Amino acid sequence: MGLAQRLHRKSILPGFGLSLGITLTYGAIIIVLPLAAMFLKTASLGFDEFVRVTTSSRALSAYWITFSSAALAAVIDAVIGLLLAWVLVRYRFPGRRALDALIDLPFALPTAVAGLMLVTLFAPNGWYGGLLEPMGLQVNYTQIGIVIAMAFTSLPFVVRSVQPVLEEFEGEFEEAARSLGASNIQVFARVIWPAILPAFLTGTVLSFARSLGEFGAVVFIAGNIPGMTEIVSLLIYIRLDEYNYPAAAALASVLLVASFATLLATNGLQAWQMRYAEGSR
Amino acid sequence: MSAIAAAKKRQRSSGERVLIGAALVTAMLVLVVPLALIFAFAFREGWGTYLANVLEPNTLHAVWLTMLTALVVVPINMGFGIAVAWLVTRHRFVGRSLLLTIVELPFSVSPIVAGVTYLFLYGGQGLLGPTLIAAGFPIMFTVFAIFLVSLFVTAPYVARELIPLMQQQGTADEEAALSLGANGRQMFWFVTLPNIRWALLYGAILCNARVMGEFGAVSVVSGAIKGQTNTLPLQISLLFNDFNVTGAFAAATLLAMLAVLTIVLKALLEWGGGTAH
Repeated sequence: MGLAQRLHRKSILPGFGLSLGITLTYGAIIIVLPLAAMFLKTASLGFDEFVRVTTSSRALSAYWITFSSAALAAVIDAVIGLLLAWVLVRYRFPGRRALDALIDLPFALPTAVAGLMLVTLFAPNGWYGGLLEPMGLQVNYTQIGIVIAMAFTSLPFVVRSVQPVLEEFEGEFEEAARSLGASNIQVFARVIWPAILPAFLTGTVLSFARSLGEFGAVVFIAGNIPGMTEIVSLLIYIRLDEYNYPAAAALASVLLVASFATLLATNGLQAWQMRYAEGSR
Repeated sequence: MSAIAAAKKRQRSSGERVLIGAALVTAMLVLVVPLALIFAFAFREGWGTYLANVLEPNTLHAVWLTMLTALVVVPINMGFGIAVAWLVTRHRFVGRSLLLTIVELPFSVSPIVAGVTYLFLYGGQGLLGPTLIAAGFPIMFTVFAIFLVSLFVTAPYVARELIPLMQQQGTADEEAALSLGANGRQMFWFVTLPNIRWALLYGAILCNARVMGEFGAVSVVSGAIKGQTNTLPLQISLLFNDFNVTGAFAAATLLAMLAVLTIVLKALLEWGGGTAH
């Protein structure tokens, strides 16, 4: 067998060369080349300068604000998402289909619109801010605002991850548990929860990853005070504005590597979910 | 309502009622009220002001540029999505999963970082920028930069919808067409394309929503020059920073209506059973 045959098992369907050519050319020009350019720029910085830029106190507080806000947002989305997925799959009620469609609104709504909407909603005289302000809770220009913006824009991830798994969940396991005398809570904790856990965690990690990089919604509501409400994406933007391109490249590389790491984590979780699905059959 | 459904409704346990109530209240507070606020604020000074805000020349230009970007980007990424899906579902080759990982990369690149990568490719201090500028093709801070970065952020959208469907459909229809004497082009137009049309449309709708709404990546590469390289999301930010809140909301209603249209079309396609979802 020649090398070509070993690399490509011949299919009787045509178009291998054409589709491979389009995919490789486009992928190289649109996806790979820009990423390579950024890493080259970062590499030109030299190791010491890279460490200095990426561990400055302003950068460190930006990492902390971004990561802690994204983690809190992911937890909020996990709780709301599980509730919404559960109700959408297990119960029939008027307006269920409308609710199901509405879940995708945060994905469909541009982030700048979400930001404008949230900052107005939580303004001291706004619809929600007017109620929270007397209680001494300020949302705009605080970290709470960042968490709310992140939680809103990544709300659908947990719902859309858990929903299909709950739908395909075999009723017979549940019936078996019930016939053996298990209570509702026992059925959920011992039978349903282990089955949806991998999908639930996948959704939560996706939500965290999206929140790490969220920019549009956050800049409207955060107030962008250095060391207080300045997220990594914004610090990169500010460095660009100051024409400090090497610093922007270094910080962007850190954010990119963090996103890749969470992506790897989701891939691992999805593999676990697959194994669980296979194993339960 | 059927007798069984009615009986089931009566049997609803208190726990069930609490959970449904909690879900509806949450959705109301988190999704419905915020969406209503956009329209309430856009129209708070009346129809006349709303129309004047929407028809303001810079906003109108932003609308045009946003639509132009979608018209350029969506068809190209539909073509790319079809090529990728055809390649990975109809052929076996070494490096297939690496290729899929690369195609999905833009999903994990945050918007600002996406913009930064293009800046370091085509910017004045970038990899290709100086050569292109010397040759008289400055890409950065022009509409082409907006097109390119939008192509990047939405590159995987169509492929992601097509791959699971084409995997599930298998190759039997296409093999039958070929064995009946169709050539490659006929097989594609008369067999493949009709089979994938709903998933293709679905991917295109999601791609379109993202292109029209992209903010972070576009804000890095466009330069946000009023009346030239300002897309609608950038125009909203600009109006808001100029303290023209009603104007910002008027522009925002256009994108909010696009979002509502997107989720309605998405829901219709899903209920129609046209996609693998």
